[in-house]
Amino acid sequence: MNRFHKLDKMTSTRCAVCKYFRRRCPPDCIFAPYFPNNDPQKFTCVHRFYGASNIGKMLEEMSVHLRADAVDSLYYEAKCRIQDPVYGCVGIISSLHQQIQIAQSQLAKAQAELSFLDANLAAAEPTPSHSEPLVQPNGAVDHGLDDPLNTWFY
Amino acid sequence: MAPGHSPCASCKLLRRRCIKDCIFAPYFPSNDPHKFAVVHKVFGASNVSKMLQGLPLHQREDAVNSLVYEANARTKDPVYGCVGEISHLQNQVSQLQMQLATTHAEILCIRMQQEPLAPTPTNGLVPVHPTHNNMLTTDRKVASNDISYSCLHNITNPNNQYFNFTSNGVIAYDDLKRESSSLWT
Repeated sequence: MNRFHKLDKMTSTRCAVCKYFRRRCPPDCIFAPYFPNNDPQKFTCVHRFYGASNIGKMLEEMSVHLRADAVDSLYYEAKCRIQDPVYGCVGIISSLHQQIQIAQSQLAKAQAELSFLDANLAAAEPTPSHSEPLVQPNGAVDHGLDDPLNTWFY
Repeated sequence: MAPGHSPCASCKLLRRRCIKDCIFAPYFPSNDPHKFAVVHKVFGASNVSKMLQGLPLHQREDAVNSLVYEANARTKDPVYGCVGEISHLQNQVSQLQMQLATTHAEILCIRMQQEPLAPTPTNGLVPVHPTHNNMLTTDRKVASNDISYSCLHNITNPNNQYFNFTSNGVIAYDDLKRESSSLWT
């Protein structure tokens, strides 16, 4: 009974990788923290392109605190490769480079237009210099509001 | 190995006979051993072979080139590989979109200053109307894939196909409408 209980305990705590390979999952299994048994797809996806052996080597060569990010990025690249078997995530990189080129070109045009409008706005503003007094048809000089002779203001 | 036929880089590395129909031979010539070495290190020869077998002949060269690119990226950055580069490019796109939106907003403000009366279609401005959702419509036709159109259109129709990325830098449509409508009063 004890033997079966022990076996049952082992199988229920196996990581997705060891479950996949139908092997015992040791306490220090390198895959266990990153491939939990409740997400078998994660490992099958990554294993399809990289292989468990290569993944294990990659993880061994890096610090423990970086491994979760490494596994996530491998998973992302594997998913991209499933979606696009020819270009994988390189297709996304290529598309982003194109987007950047287009955006840079549009930004340059918009900035040129802004400079042009700024220049026009500056040119359209009235200058602070004093305007010349108006000369009426009879030759009299109209000093405008300050002219006490302009009785129609009063 | 056929007489006069030198083994390809993969068969050389794997130390095996390079057969006439070797799947790797067209893409991994013997004069570039590094190309196969890096792909083998990251993916493994067996996996690469399976991937190529699943593709039609005319797509295999592109597939190999993209695998080499990914493998090199992974060798350079063992943690993030190509994903690091994607993230960096996404940030660049976001910054550019933000700058573009800001510049367009400034252009709009200047145009409104120049013609503060109710705009007519002839002057290129569009009346601020609750149902109208593109404030940058001008006389020129805006293409559907135009980034300047999409960066504002994203406000009502955010659609990023990669990392479910939302551009934090895009000016909110409602804020822009409130700001512009205050100029009329």
